[in-house]
Amino acid sequence: MIAAHLPALQVVVPLILAPACMLVRLRDAAWGVALAASWASLAIAWLLLQQVLASGPISYHLGNWAPPIGIEYRVDELSAFVLLIVSGIGAVVMPFARESVRAEFGTRRVYMFYTCYLLCLTGLLGIAITGDAFNLFVFLEISSLSSYVLIAMGRNRRALTASYQYLVMGTIGATFYVIGIGLLYAETGTLNMADLASRIAEQPGSRSIGVAFGFIVIGLSLKLALFPLHLWLPNAYTYAPSMVSAFLAATATKVALYALLRMVYTVFESDLTLGLVPMYAMFLGLALFAMFAASTVAIFQNNLKRMLAYSSVAQIGYMILGLSYINVTGLTATIVHMFNHAMIKGGMFLALGCCMYRLGSVHIRDLAGLGRTMPLTAAALVAGGLGLIGVPLTAGFISKWYLVLGAIERGWWPVAVLIMLSSLLAVAYVWRMVEAMYFTPPPETVPEGMDTRLSMLIPTWVLIGASLYFGVQTELTVGVARDAATALLGMPR
Amino acid sequence: MSPELALAFSIGIPLIGTLFIALNAQYPNLREAVTLLTASCLFLTVLSLLPQVSAGDRPSLVMLEMMPGLPLALKAEPLGMLFALVASGLWIVTSIYSIGYMRGHGEQNQTRFYVCFAVALSSTMGICFAGNMLTLFVFYEALTLSTYPLVTHHGDDESRRAGRVYLGILISTSIGFLLLATLWTWVIAGTLDFTPGGILAGKADGPVIGLLLFLYMFGIGKAALMPIHRWLPAAMVAPTPVSALLHAVAVVKAGVFTVVKVIVYIFGTDTLANMTQDDWLSWVAAFTLVTASIIAMTKDNLKTRLAYSTVSQLSYIILGASLATGLGIVGSGMHIAMHAFGKITLFFCAGAIMVAAHRTEISQMDGLGRIMPFTFFAFLIGSLSVIGLPPLGGAWSKWYLMLGAAEADKIVFVVILMISSLLNVAYLLPVVARGFFARARPDAHGAEGHAHAPASAGAAATPGEHRGHAEGGIHEAPACCLIAMAVTSAGCVLLFFYAERIVDLLAPIAGIR
Repeated sequence: MIAAHLPALQVVVPLILAPACMLVRLRDAAWGVALAASWASLAIAWLLLQQVLASGPISYHLGNWAPPIGIEYRVDELSAFVLLIVSGIGAVVMPFARESVRAEFGTRRVYMFYTCYLLCLTGLLGIAITGDAFNLFVFLEISSLSSYVLIAMGRNRRALTASYQYLVMGTIGATFYVIGIGLLYAETGTLNMADLASRIAEQPGSRSIGVAFGFIVIGLSLKLALFPLHLWLPNAYTYAPSMVSAFLAATATKVALYALLRMVYTVFESDLTLGLVPMYAMFLGLALFAMFAASTVAIFQNNLKRMLAYSSVAQIGYMILGLSYINVTGLTATIVHMFNHAMIKGGMFLALGCCMYRLGSVHIRDLAGLGRTMPLTAAALVAGGLGLIGVPLTAGFISKWYLVLGAIERGWWPVAVLIMLSSLLAVAYVWRMVEAMYFTPPPETVPEGMDTRLSMLIPTWVLIGASLYFGVQTELTVGVARDAATALLGMPR
Repeated sequence: MSPELALAFSIGIPLIGTLFIALNAQYPNLREAVTLLTASCLFLTVLSLLPQVSAGDRPSLVMLEMMPGLPLALKAEPLGMLFALVASGLWIVTSIYSIGYMRGHGEQNQTRFYVCFAVALSSTMGICFAGNMLTLFVFYEALTLSTYPLVTHHGDDESRRAGRVYLGILISTSIGFLLLATLWTWVIAGTLDFTPGGILAGKADGPVIGLLLFLYMFGIGKAALMPIHRWLPAAMVAPTPVSALLHAVAVVKAGVFTVVKVIVYIFGTDTLANMTQDDWLSWVAAFTLVTASIIAMTKDNLKTRLAYSTVSQLSYIILGASLATGLGIVGSGMHIAMHAFGKITLFFCAGAIMVAAHRTEISQMDGLGRIMPFTFFAFLIGSLSVIGLPPLGGAWSKWYLMLGAAEADKIVFVVILMISSLLNVAYLLPVVARGFFARARPDAHGAEGHAHAPASAGAAATPGEHRGHAEGGIHEAPACCLIAMAVTSAGCVLLFFYAERIVDLLAPIAGIR
């Protein structure tokens, strides 16, 4: 009975519990509610994935209204995988949040923070699960509005400008998306994705559908911070509270990317061959730019959160690059990297959260001698950094392997070489951090004691450990990603 | 122990060792005992595989499936067997040496040193027994990363700079070229398993093979082919035991071992022999071996000179493999072992001189041989073996390398090999000559001639014993160092008489007899 309603529960649980946080008000109680919601979401996502793997895509009709009139929740392998990423990250960062939020907020209105967090989680999960293009917009706005608030809660006052910047850019993105959807609705009279796909296929070469496509792609590119539309991201990640940086870096852009995949492959799929191919050339070019430009900028950052933010822009470049190959291997790389990068970057941002908690700073100067003062945190940063480079036995290697493999299969030699070269830029910025942590003596002012609280170290190492585990055990990640990619490209298994 | 288990243990034992080394950080004696015990267990484990491999068995083990169709797999074959024996055997000796050196030198962070050392050995074993190119690549990178803390052990600006060069060159070549070549091979051949006869044989044509060969050869930065050899001299800032075992044996030999493996099992010697433009690799190797020898002559710092000598000797191995003849392959494989014993002896001596006399420059070593006769005698034996004179092991490997060149009808390389041997004489023997025959400079130390028997040269100088006060307190190196040197120089001699065994072991892969 319950199992049949899992798709609805996935969204409803955090949505209902968000106001509950508001009502209880007490700091720890609100945290408890948020924790319960996050873990319940993870359990649901896991069950959904098992269901999908066992018996194929699930179609859930909200309120029993049949699509295309009613809203359909549609869970296939790709969306189940993204649900798992989002809820998994949420479940891991929540235990971390308790101490971190207490330290960075004091006592003022902490329950508001957890409310916003749960709303954001709701939005992100909703985007991944819905099969309705307009419903997707609604969830996009829920997640965006709540993340503006979350970012604005950062301790540094610059968080306000960062949030405002994101608000402006994010709104433009959402507006573009909704314009695109409006055009599609005018043209086809439907909002259900599957229905849209079949009706778009009936009118090949329609100019308004082409325009709608353009609006949607640009709108979503803004949300996923595709170079050069990434300008909101570095500030937002830098000044947001530690736990928010970790959560958003690991999930928000991935979910936007998911929406893009959904739109490009499920909705517009049939137009792939009809004059839209240059779009892939655009993706290819921008991805390469992102990989090199953002990595180069990352090398010169002294604030490590900002460095990781720029690194994220570069890593998004990798994901978009895989998308541009139009082959199964490339798309597999994209989807695998969504997962792997979420683990790596989430873990690293949490590690920086530990530094923030203990040292009150994430400036590279203040992390001097971290290898001695906070050995476990420093080791987490190194292990994560190796993942960003793509050293074997880390998850990053798996992503890079498929990414290069896809390029070779496509016959794009220069691209394969460029991927390797851009990895070397990652070596440069990761090693700057390593040298600061291990080769400079720690300042005298560091408080005594070993590392930091266990409640913060364990989540950090769970994510870093996952990034190492999925570097050798790829049955889940590559297996699901390959199936999802095959399904997206509409090829027989 | 079943051979499969032995394979798994050869990777696992050093890793288990690290745990106990770390646990005993507070008790140096216990910690060193653990290192020795680990090294001995590892050697015995590897040794237990030898009978099967000699008999023609190829025990293999799949550790886990990393990606669909691409497992992390181990497989024992003759070449890897030889390398594993050399590396694990010399680890025991080096551990003994380290005890004397690290304590005599008062080094910091000794626990980290021993831990990283054990991890590096585990990675080396992984390289030795890798069953496919992916496994080899994984352990290759693990070796690079685990030796980085050893190279930068002192943690000062100099070692930080050297670490950058070390990591920069090794990581960029392996990610930039080697990984690309591996992926390309996977796309072409559909497998990465090391297969006798080569997996690329008949699957790719001339230009592709040529390009792949280029990517592999310059991707394997550890083989130190010019112009990517710079990391090796840079790595000399490390404590001497690291230079000795890792940068004369494990790391660099892992490089050339990979080269030989790639040529034998990925390309196949026939594929290369039939290639029209395959000469370039031999020429690059020949260029490297002559040029590095000449550079070595200009270096006054003993360890740097030895580093360039290593660069040159590594190219012997690459040259032998690039000839793609049976005898050349045997020569290459043999030289991995022979050069290992010779060069590790030389580094042990360099370290002993550093510990006992605090001298690093050759020009300061005038007359030192009369104070440290044992050390300088060991240096002489090591030099002669590296030069390739009988009755020392190096003679055989050079003999087979020249036979290989002759077999390939490339007499010019025979000549180059001979010239290079002369150059070896020119840069190695002056050190010994200075030590024994040159008159000590007055500013360096006073009257000489108070040589002590090696046996009495205990670690921190038993104070009551009579020593010449005019020596400035210089005396023989710590006993542990001397034992290590004695073992390796004896090894150089023994290898001359037992070289036949190595030929027998390698014969199947070289297709001779």
